[in-house]
Amino acid sequence: MKIPFSYNLRNLWSRRLTTILTASGMALVVFVFTTILMLAHGLQKTLVETGSPENVVVIRKAAASEVQSGVERYQASVVETDRDILVGADGQRMLAKELVVLISLPKEGSDKQSNVVIRGISGQSLRLRDQVKLIKGRMPRPGSTEIITGASVTKRFKGADLGDTLRFGMRGWQVVGVFDAGNTGFSSEIWGDADQLMQAFRRPVYSSIIFRLRDPAGFNAVKERIESDPRLTLEAKRETRYYLDQSEMMAKFLRILGLSLTSIFSLGAIIGAMITMYAAVANRIGEIGTMRALGFRRMSILSAFLIESLMLGLAGGLAGLFFASFMQLFTISTVNFQTFSELAFQFALTLDISWKAIAFSLIMGLVGGILPAIRAAHMKIVDALRAK
Amino acid sequence: MLLLKILFKNALRHKLRTGLTILSIAIAMLAFGLLRTVIDAWHAGVEASSASRLVTRNSISIIFPLPLSYKDKIRQVEGVSTVSYGNWFGGIYIDEKNFFANFAVEPKTYLDLYPEYVLRPEEQNGFLRDRKSFIAGRKLAAKYGWKIGDVITLKGTIFPGNWEFVLRGIYRGRYNSTDESQFLFHWDYLNEMMKKTAPGRADQVGFYMIGTKNPDISTQVALSIDRAFQNSLAETLTETEKAFQMGFVSMSDAIITAIQLVSFVVIVIILAVVANTMAMTGRERTAEYSTFKALGFGTGHIAGLIFGESLTITMAGCIAGMIATFPAAAAFAKAMGTFFPVFNVDADTLYLDIAFSLIVGLLAAVVPTYRSLKTGIADGLRTVE
Amino acid sequence: MENPPAIVEIRDLSKAYYRGSQVVPVLHDISFDIIEGEFLALMGPSGSGKSTLLNLIAGIDEPDSGTIKVGGVDITALPETELARWRAVHVGFIFQFYNLIPVLTAFENVELPLILTPLTRKERKEHVEMALRVVSLTDRMDHYPGQLSGGQQQRVAIARAIVTDPTILVADEPTGDLDRVSAEEIMDLIDRLNHESGKTIIMVTHDPRAARKAHVVRHLDKGYLNDASPQDTL
Repeated sequence: MKIPFSYNLRNLWSRRLTTILTASGMALVVFVFTTILMLAHGLQKTLVETGSPENVVVIRKAAASEVQSGVERYQASVVETDRDILVGADGQRMLAKELVVLISLPKEGSDKQSNVVIRGISGQSLRLRDQVKLIKGRMPRPGSTEIITGASVTKRFKGADLGDTLRFGMRGWQVVGVFDAGNTGFSSEIWGDADQLMQAFRRPVYSSIIFRLRDPAGFNAVKERIESDPRLTLEAKRETRYYLDQSEMMAKFLRILGLSLTSIFSLGAIIGAMITMYAAVANRIGEIGTMRALGFRRMSILSAFLIESLMLGLAGGLAGLFFASFMQLFTISTVNFQTFSELAFQFALTLDISWKAIAFSLIMGLVGGILPAIRAAHMKIVDALRAK
Repeated sequence: MLLLKILFKNALRHKLRTGLTILSIAIAMLAFGLLRTVIDAWHAGVEASSASRLVTRNSISIIFPLPLSYKDKIRQVEGVSTVSYGNWFGGIYIDEKNFFANFAVEPKTYLDLYPEYVLRPEEQNGFLRDRKSFIAGRKLAAKYGWKIGDVITLKGTIFPGNWEFVLRGIYRGRYNSTDESQFLFHWDYLNEMMKKTAPGRADQVGFYMIGTKNPDISTQVALSIDRAFQNSLAETLTETEKAFQMGFVSMSDAIITAIQLVSFVVIVIILAVVANTMAMTGRERTAEYSTFKALGFGTGHIAGLIFGESLTITMAGCIAGMIATFPAAAAFAKAMGTFFPVFNVDADTLYLDIAFSLIVGLLAAVVPTYRSLKTGIADGLRTVE
Repeated sequence: MENPPAIVEIRDLSKAYYRGSQVVPVLHDISFDIIEGEFLALMGPSGSGKSTLLNLIAGIDEPDSGTIKVGGVDITALPETELARWRAVHVGFIFQFYNLIPVLTAFENVELPLILTPLTRKERKEHVEMALRVVSLTDRMDHYPGQLSGGQQQRVAIARAIVTDPTILVADEPTGDLDRVSAEEIMDLIDRLNHESGKTIIMVTHDPRAARKAHVVRHLDKGYLNDASPQDTL
């Protein structure tokens, strides 16, 4: 005979306070668990979408990022002549030589400063990035001290909106446009004319070369060519790979920190569930004895209590997931350890993360409830009936 | 006192339940302690800062260099006692995973500024004499099993190439807060190489480290230095070492805030668990507490029993958790490697543990106490559990 | 013959229970006296209000209207803290389910009410041993309630009830959970307390055999007191 489901539901409801407290504990754990996964995922998503698999990034060998890299002018001209660079609709090779530096700017709403990426661009830069769209104003005139700022930068830093003038490198730079690059890293950058910036910062070398492949499948051949050229000390990566590598350390750090903490918390929640279920069993000794006497088998008793525990876990899991989903409304801004520059990204909830969260909550319910359920099932009928 | 005996025996009545509750509190205190220690570790640089040290860097951002020629001008600023300089080298030892701080510094003046790096005299002399040598902190050397005389290679990222160094000294930190994971070598070694391979990058320093005669005048000295270089090719930004270090910490503001929030979430979780336990226990003892009341024991006595039991359980868990925090922190430090060079459990953390456990113990007893007081004696006696 | 002194005076006592919005009257204008040294049995069908009446006299419940004077003190006018103190001194409780504290030994259970008094440890010990002697349970002093039979537990409870030498002893179905032999033993004990120590005893019971030992039996029916019937037990 199967014990009806409603029996479990009603029992949980009759001890409301206990049920709510235990489920809340589990909900909090699931909330933290989900948020951490969402954070790491959001970080990687932002950085991965920043790149395109058709683009190649060329930087100095062993440099971990564009900021540390230096590409001499003559090296850049060697790369420019490569035959596998796509020629665009306007007859020009889709290649851009860029300068990437960090400057310190004051943050909006605080005295603190943070590092912002300034990218010196050239003609093809915008065309190479399909995700970037100008939403206000216009592109800077080549050879001028005009700049455009990413949407994230205008929000997070002082005086970086359309019409403002930023001061650095002993000059004033007028913001003539704002661009949006969705959730990608570019939204946290400021773009200006490469030559002007190189002069202002006294940096006579480029940081990187970006170009689009004529044939995306031909990447390996291009990479081989560039890296084995004795005149060059450069390495080439697919743009997606380049940005993925940039987030690796940070994402890993967040995941390790987060998950080790979650496992500790989940132990606490599991113990909470165990306490609740043991008490539930102790409270219903008479009932259990009666049911066994009526003919319900041990297995039915065990599954009944186990189901109750699972339901507690599920309730907690759904609540935790529900609240975690609201984190998507927030944007986090932090400095990426690897690139040393400020990066804004969002929490990203995926179906995969949701399943993981629910599974996690069910496991908590299972582990918490199994021992008490076994105790309930193995009670001697006579003992159970005799207890008041 | 008989009542005390009742209190303890009550707590032990449900050994399993009490044990589990204590365990969950211990775990929560452990988690909380670890989180706080992580945040403390993040601020380690700030803690180790000296009030009489200043850092001067290019005002645009830390990645832009300053000319070596600034050295003399800085030395002439009133209030300056020592001037040292260096570059963040950012070299990789075998693998990117093995992260530790490595700097090219002017060795004599740098060591003057950092008396907390304690070296044996013969090692210090060895280091100063050999331009290709380096010194490493005790923790760093221990991690990789380096011994005096070993030749270590770093792969340059900012300064390309493979760079060889000879270990001539292992320093130990004078204080608990001193970073013993640094790798320091001769600035001249770096500069000589730059003159040969990339002359445009020679004679440039990443930062100046300045010692002031008196910590009280540090702010003025900083302003004077910046004023000296205003409107020059490379404008400077000088701050106290503490402010400089805080700058790094605030870069991870969002994460640190998140961690702090989570620490409080932990407390709430255990509160839920303990409150649950006390509520269940309270319900089971209704008849008993009513018996006490019938016999003439007052509200104070009953409240004392409930609060006492709750606090006994929470404090037992707190102590267990505090004890467990130390080995756990050691294990965590090992796993995180040199990412957090200083990872110590602070006394403040332990005080907070106790404070929160007390609060949880008190709060968890409120509802059961209220309930037992509200229940009339006759009603209470009627309930049979 | 002059009227023997009344130790308990009840006047116009009424009580009702409130279940949500429903009002359930339990006692209607009860008035009677209990003489010092009297052994009174309160009887009546289930729901008649007898336990409620007992609780009111013992000071563990409050009436809606009316007064109760015990030993000249109007307990219905006492605030809660003073009532608690009054109970500690003047009332001895004997419950149907003994209500012993499971984590305390028999000795300690009996000692419990004495903690509220200024007696020293030595003095308390003397009183406890004396009480246990009266109920013939000195050999089981160090046993926990869980190790004692029902009859033995009730005897411990009785020892606890008399250890403070209270003004009145109230017993709510003292034999309700006992087998016939133990029940007789307990009733003999209670009877002896009344005879030998002159204790005023008020007992609620539905067991006619238990009621046989009482001097006076009063019947309650639906909250109303029927006429008292003195019994020929002396």
